[in-house]
Amino acid sequence: MPQLTFSDACVTAPADLSSWGQMPGPLAIRLRGVTKRFGEITAVDALDLDVPEGTCVGLLGPNGAGKSTTMKMLTAQAMADAGEIQVLGFDVPRDSKQARALCGVTPQLDNLDVELTARQNLAVFARLYRVPRHDRHAAVDRALEIANLVERADTPVDKLSGGMRRRLLIARALVHRPRLLLLDEPTVGLDPQVRQELWALIDALRSEGTSILMSTHYIEEAERLADTVSIMASGRVVALGRPAELVREHAGAQTLEVYGPPARLVEVREAAEAAGHRVRQTGTAVAILRAENANGTLPEGISRAATLEDVFVLLTGEEIE
Amino acid sequence: MTATATARRLRRRLRRLEPAAISGVMSRDVTNFLTYWKATTFSSVLDPTIYLLAFGLGLGTIIAAVEGMEYVQYVGTGMVATAILFSSAFSAMYGVFIKHRFQRTYDAILAAPVDVEELVTAEVAWLGLRAGVYGVTPLLVTMIFGLDPAPGMLLVPFIGAVTAFGFAGFGVFAAAAVSKIDHFNYIQSALLTPLFLVSGTFFPIDQLPQGAQIASNFNPLYHCVELVRHAVFGFESSDFFHIGVLTVFALVMWRLAIWRMEKRLIE
Repeated sequence: MPQLTFSDACVTAPADLSSWGQMPGPLAIRLRGVTKRFGEITAVDALDLDVPEGTCVGLLGPNGAGKSTTMKMLTAQAMADAGEIQVLGFDVPRDSKQARALCGVTPQLDNLDVELTARQNLAVFARLYRVPRHDRHAAVDRALEIANLVERADTPVDKLSGGMRRRLLIARALVHRPRLLLLDEPTVGLDPQVRQELWALIDALRSEGTSILMSTHYIEEAERLADTVSIMASGRVVALGRPAELVREHAGAQTLEVYGPPARLVEVREAAEAAGHRVRQTGTAVAILRAENANGTLPEGISRAATLEDVFVLLTGEEIE
Repeated sequence: MTATATARRLRRRLRRLEPAAISGVMSRDVTNFLTYWKATTFSSVLDPTIYLLAFGLGLGTIIAAVEGMEYVQYVGTGMVATAILFSSAFSAMYGVFIKHRFQRTYDAILAAPVDVEELVTAEVAWLGLRAGVYGVTPLLVTMIFGLDPAPGMLLVPFIGAVTAFGFAGFGVFAAAAVSKIDHFNYIQSALLTPLFLVSGTFFPIDQLPQGAQIASNFNPLYHCVELVRHAVFGFESSDFFHIGVLTVFALVMWRLAIWRMEKRLIE
């Protein structure tokens, strides 16, 4: 086996959480029966969600699954129509301000002040997050170091690259050393190098004990960073567990990908379904799940390990809404 | 320290309208302002100069004096209110709309321990202070055109700040109420332009039909113009009424702005 030498070697596999599940411990986030409607549309539908302290939970789902609305309800920027929300032990929205003082939020859309320098952006948020005056300078310096922007501290944001801006956006959420970090699609629209750099940063925070809730629709991101993953579809959690467990439970061990012209793919699909396999279209191929149970009845194809993406598509559907 | 102890401490500390939250939001405004203050100062000095040249030297040759004042001084003192209106209402309308809908600045601020009430209060207070200071520039320019300094002028920034607080509140309310930035054109043409023309800046209100005179009592800018002129040329007993109207206007607009922004910002 060739050794993998990716630059992201520092992104470790999620820690062994074998005690998780038996000993729930304190919860950084607790949602029970949370519902949010916009007119006729139910964006979040009786959602239950736990983020145990010190863990990273990935909220995985297609666009429109209710991830962003859930994130907004945690900071009382959207009000639930029903259900209970607790963040770091505070009832939200009643004591949301107290909870927000201990949370950091990285939004999906960059909302840095582009005319200000990196340092000025951090200094403003150090004040907004109530960092005491005599600690502010050190807090800003520390955040610049986290973002690896010490050299660019006095550069206006509109002169920074996309990756630098995103690092600054995350560092802005960390300037007051929050106990809980809410990341809404932290790496959307970034190139692979920058993405891996951010993964290393998020992983380091989690290993220091920060609780993290991260919404994403990048499956690899959830697989690498999250201790547990909640897969959301239509405002509900449809599956919950550690990434490897979810794959085993819903997609088995092996997936067989069969390539061919469209007519052939239809045939393969029908035959596999008739034989009791779950099947999904992967663009140019048909993927047959649980190929390990087939006993030689399947057509020629390329066998690969089942992935979280297989689970995701199975559970959230192939149709694009 | 246990989590519950931290929680108890915070619960006691975090209330409504906290100075720390308001000054935090204002520090953002100040930091941004320092990147563009030169442009603001340039136009706030040049605008009244051009107006005074045009009206003072142009119209002033036909109109010698109004209410016992040289016309250039009449317009110069009246233009304080115009400067305040433009610096507060327009900055609030466009600034808040852009920060909310294009830059999404408010999403970031409200994720911090800052409530909408504190956010709006800080924005309005900042614009009020800024307009109060910049409202003095027409007066300084008019001095070049021969206006004598007077001790009452020292109160003009305060009169300006109260007026600007109200108009900034109005601007925030408008920014929260409109669905598109182009809709500001309606507000500008149908409301703000008439308010500014029929405020006693360019001609006395008492030349107008009685209906318009009564209506002008509902124009905050008219009260501002009267107060500023009296600050320069001598206060009158009616000034208590004028400052009362401006204070009520500021308080009503402040609460309306908060109410409308809460509807807009919290889903």
